[in-house]
Amino acid sequence: MLRIENLTVEIAGKRVLGGVNLEVPKGEIHVLLGPNGSGKTSLITSILGFPSCHILSGNIRFNGTDITTMPTDERVKLGIGVAFQNPPQIRGVKLGDVLRHLTKGKIDEVKLAGTTNIPVDFFGRDLNLGFSGGELKRTEILQLLAQRPDFAIFDEPDSGVDVENLEVIGKAINEFLKNRSGLLITHLGHILRYLKVDKAHVMFYGTIACSGKPTNIINRIMKKGYKWCERCPKVKKLR
Amino acid sequence: MPKGKKTTLKAIEKPAAFGPDLDVEAFKRETSYWPACKISTLPRDIAQRALSVGISTEEKERAGTYFQIDHSAILQTIRETFSGKAEIMSTKKALKKYRWAKEYWWEIVDANTDKFTALAKLKWDQGYFIRVLEGQKITIPLQACLFISKDNFNQNVHNLIIAEPNSEAQIITGCTVHPNVQSGLHVGISEFYVQKNAKLTFTMIHNWAQNFNVRPRTAALVDDDATFVSNYMCMKPVKSLQMYPVAYCKGANSRVRFNTILHGNQNSHLDVGSKVVLQGKGSRGEIITRAIASDNAQINARGLLVGEHEDSKAHLECRGLLLSDEAYIHAIPELVGNVKGTELSHEAAVGKIAEEQIQYLMARGFSQTEAESLIIRGFMDINIFGLPDALKRDVKRMIDATFGGAL
Repeated sequence: MLRIENLTVEIAGKRVLGGVNLEVPKGEIHVLLGPNGSGKTSLITSILGFPSCHILSGNIRFNGTDITTMPTDERVKLGIGVAFQNPPQIRGVKLGDVLRHLTKGKIDEVKLAGTTNIPVDFFGRDLNLGFSGGELKRTEILQLLAQRPDFAIFDEPDSGVDVENLEVIGKAINEFLKNRSGLLITHLGHILRYLKVDKAHVMFYGTIACSGKPTNIINRIMKKGYKWCERCPKVKKLR
Repeated sequence: MPKGKKTTLKAIEKPAAFGPDLDVEAFKRETSYWPACKISTLPRDIAQRALSVGISTEEKERAGTYFQIDHSAILQTIRETFSGKAEIMSTKKALKKYRWAKEYWWEIVDANTDKFTALAKLKWDQGYFIRVLEGQKITIPLQACLFISKDNFNQNVHNLIIAEPNSEAQIITGCTVHPNVQSGLHVGISEFYVQKNAKLTFTMIHNWAQNFNVRPRTAALVDDDATFVSNYMCMKPVKSLQMYPVAYCKGANSRVRFNTILHGNQNSHLDVGSKVVLQGKGSRGEIITRAIASDNAQINARGLLVGEHEDSKAHLECRGLLLSDEAYIHAIPELVGNVKGTELSHEAAVGKIAEEQIQYLMARGFSQTEAESLIIRGFMDINIFGLPDALKRDVKRMIDATFGGAL
């Protein structure tokens, strides 16, 4: 479904990705782990084609189509959707207006809001303005549920979220991804308690250092932290 | 203040403190007389322009209507339901009918301020008188339309608005020109008296023409426990518009709020501000301005808060959005504290649309144009006006018509 080959990207003159190879086949859910600053979010903005991401080499294919130079909104129309980690505040643009644009009247936004524990009065609020950390995550996921992309990317949906809401978010994502494909980015891995993933990748220094069975990789990292990875010869080589 | 005709005549030479100077003699004064008519029988082209400034031609949507074309007051009616509760008529008629009206005439606006106030005194062409009677709550808006039908014409109106004690009303005023009009000069003097415990919300919408000049001169006197909300919106091109309305919070616990939404486009020169003078104990003021400049527009967005009472508080907020490299916005917020204890504050920001906001919305499937339009319309958030739903819908429609509809 998503196939990234040898992707090297610069943002503001700084190399953030160096030769990334990643493939997520249709129907699979992968998790992307990695310490802060390893390039996880840069990979997402590159998949979306934000103009700040200058592609030096490599390509991105989605369902067989080369999307490497496609504008963001066209990629989104092909079926890519992202729940962002740090969405910008947009004064005067109401959450409800964006949701209505996304659902196009096909699904009930109010019901959807319930599944992410977002009160309906949020619909009249300015996008991301004055939202708490947990509210930001939940409204991002709500927008993604309304958007219904075939391929969903969740960027750190679990960071800064309390235990009760972690369960709400975990269940909502799990339900949503049942018949879809997706990429889940997490630094701490908390969300994985609620989700079954097919493959794990670990990112270091702007590239995928290793990929494999999620249980092995996740358990080790959860127990020993990324320090354990740093001792791995594969990672050492990348330095 | 000196009120003699001599000083007024002298002031006719005096340029305004702000805005480009104009030769007031360069405009025509002669026009034909327009006979009285019903709002439903207005010529279609006039009715359509009136609609563009929020004037409803459906009688049931408004409590009363004043309609002036050039120098003629063609309509001055109050709906039967509201008769005895509010009055609406030309100021010429009102000054004849009520001797006491003179006490409010040229009382808070000085005719000697500049050539435009002097012009309005020397060559006065009607204007509207609106009186909301004591204790009356007018549940649907009153409306007034000032219309110019001739090119290169000069119209000088003088309006008088009195909200008597414990009354409440919404007024919408639309000022516009016939589609054939390109240039001209409109001078509008407005004196507002918001008496004890009254609440008046005044919304003014302008839609002029590319070579048209506009010089409103407005003052409001706000009494004990009274509230005055003044909303202003100008979205269409104009050659020059300069105004700096002032509200005196004279009464204890008086409240004033100025909300302004400006869109400067083409070669428009807008010099628009609001002043609040806090004189009463517990008086409060707020000025909120949103200004968008595109094409070659120049906008000076002024604001002045003056604290003259030790128990007074006011805030000024001005946000400017630049949509073109040739456009210009100068935010000039000023605070003057004359006594200790007054609390005055301001925040101002001028910038362009943040790239990350556009990208974020594009990641939700909006095209770049849709995303920009959504952000701009969000920036011009009419919720700051606090309008009743029907009026809010009309105003929203105007903004959507100007900035396109992504939704």
